[in-house]
Amino acid sequence: MLGMTDGGVFSENFLRSRLDVGYNRPMLQTARPKKKSQPKAPAHEKYLEAFRWMLLTRTFEEKLASMYRGGRITGGVYIGKGQEAVSVACGIFLQKGDIFAPLIRDQAGRSAFGEPLVDVARTYLGSRAGPMRGRDGNIHRGKPRDGQLAMISHLGAMVSVVVGSLMAKRGRGEKNFIGLTTIGEGGMQTGASHEGMNIAAVEHVPLVVVATNNHYAYSTPNDREFACANLVDRARGYGFEGYELDGTDLAACLDVIGTAVKRARAGRPPQLVVASILRLAGHGEHDDFSYVTDDIRREPFAIDCLQRTEAVIRERELADAETLKRWREEAAEDVENAFSAAQREPVPSGDDEDWSAISRRDLVDEIGEGGSS
Amino acid sequence: MSITYLEAIREAQAKLLHDDKRVFIYGQDVGGSFGGAFKATKGLAKEFPGRVLNTPISEDAMVGTAIGAALEGMRPIVEMQFADFSSVALNQILNNAGTHYWRTNIPVPITVRLPSGGTKGSGPFHSQSMESLYAHYPGLIVMTPATVEDAYTMLIDAVAIDDPVVFCEHKYLYYHLKADNLPNDGMPVGKARIARPGRDLTIVSYSAMLHESLSAAEEIAKEGFEIEVVDLRTVKPLDTATVLASVARTGRLLAVGESFPWGGVTAEVIARVSAEGFHLLDAAPARINAKDTPIPYHPNLWSTHRPSSKAIAAKARKILRE
Repeated sequence: MLGMTDGGVFSENFLRSRLDVGYNRPMLQTARPKKKSQPKAPAHEKYLEAFRWMLLTRTFEEKLASMYRGGRITGGVYIGKGQEAVSVACGIFLQKGDIFAPLIRDQAGRSAFGEPLVDVARTYLGSRAGPMRGRDGNIHRGKPRDGQLAMISHLGAMVSVVVGSLMAKRGRGEKNFIGLTTIGEGGMQTGASHEGMNIAAVEHVPLVVVATNNHYAYSTPNDREFACANLVDRARGYGFEGYELDGTDLAACLDVIGTAVKRARAGRPPQLVVASILRLAGHGEHDDFSYVTDDIRREPFAIDCLQRTEAVIRERELADAETLKRWREEAAEDVENAFSAAQREPVPSGDDEDWSAISRRDLVDEIGEGGSS
Repeated sequence: MSITYLEAIREAQAKLLHDDKRVFIYGQDVGGSFGGAFKATKGLAKEFPGRVLNTPISEDAMVGTAIGAALEGMRPIVEMQFADFSSVALNQILNNAGTHYWRTNIPVPITVRLPSGGTKGSGPFHSQSMESLYAHYPGLIVMTPATVEDAYTMLIDAVAIDDPVVFCEHKYLYYHLKADNLPNDGMPVGKARIARPGRDLTIVSYSAMLHESLSAAEEIAKEGFEIEVVDLRTVKPLDTATVLASVARTGRLLAVGESFPWGGVTAEVIARVSAEGFHLLDAAPARINAKDTPIPYHPNLWSTHRPSSKAIAAKARKILRE
């Protein structure tokens, strides 16, 4: 039977019964959150690269939040504070030809997969030069031709879209590609999520679903979101292979998500990773997240992954203070450059807009004088 | 040779699968030896292995998967078992496929086939006509073929179009309509057709209601009136020019549709003629739709719920008297 989990942890027997894809070990022993655990040696080769994407993301999103508070952003601002370690691990293993369908707290992953920071600034500022040209904003952006799908707000809807893209790639005879999509514990409760994950397993596509349990669906805590003992148990129900993950531990994120990506690439069934974190900001910047209790803030999963990663780097002397300072300055410079470039670009004009929702101009419905046009 | 509306849809899909490697069919029970709830894909899975695929009962994921495949260059045809069940996939059709070109400049060439409309005994959940709902949202083309020939050529057109197409095929017409042969070419997409010329009243209709309207026109012809019947063919885009030209000839307008009455295609036709051709009208425009209740089960109720040729004729006489 595929996708068997034992309380979220693969048993030795289970792993031995599987193809050897170079990860034939019980990976989750280090991945489960343990109280008072000390960071282990960050052996992962991408640890420092991942940290720099996390740092860039945090720097960018702090600037974004500050601009929002200053009234310089129209609409909402949605940041991934506390989720950067999970997110960067989602993007950093993807390569050209892969499909990535991120959600709202995935700036780190989007950047690691190759989204230019200026495109983020452009989308928030509504620049004509951005990928969404002012027609859609904030986190609703993508470049589907580059494998970066543009999410819609309806959670779970992108899971099946990735499945279809992967089927098409397989049908064309492409090799060695995967798809990765992200979801939250809130989004996992939609019908679309369920249909999407089920059809992914039915079609046996190389898909990784990374679900981040940030413990609140907007303001609603876990006990009003789902009643199963552990979300990763659903992996077995769908025919996925499933893993749990301490999302505050970058080394574990890289290990577990990296392994899931490799297993998907090797033709294993679809992979489900359930990461645990606390969202360290509001749902959006309009939200003061006063509903987050003091108790939950003391949980191990409430640790700030960026601070934890930096502490590891200092403790293990993976980079010296001078280097860390330089990285911080470079991140600030990149952010500044992205916004200053986007701010110089033209914004759309209602009078000049091409108001056609279909590509076939000869089939556009002419509403005429009776309509609003 | 005689071919039905349903067979025309099957033949169109066979041609599409044969001519274009990008085409595949995705839906419940379409594959295997079964060939779909109405047999619109009968034999195709065997003829085109791996390209006519059964799905789980997951309308949302069926359309989502089609969208993803279309973004990667495929031309999927999704068969809904009944139009009614496409409500489960509304989010994917309206919010994902329908917004994609506008948002990203990349169109989503999917065709969603909806076995639509009422038949006796089908009740509230296997009888719906959803063209008005889909036409309301931006980003979609909505086809409503009324003839065997159109069912064939318009489905081929639908798959060729780069934008998402909702293809409303009428279940009542599946077996009732027959043609001698299938055409190579049809009228251009988006152009309405004068199904019967006349000079006293314009009836604008589409899909199965075209045939009820033609029967009504035939009946009234015995009373000395010549009714012009317009077949919209696609309800979005709506060929306002052809409708206005017809009203210019007749001075009177009756719009007939099978979907629910609040808003919708008939309301849109009347709004456009009133706004752009008010001076052409010699009488107040009128419309007939299904009643504003769920669709009933018993044939006695069902035949009253939907517009019949008798009801259309009665309404036409009233307009002609004004």
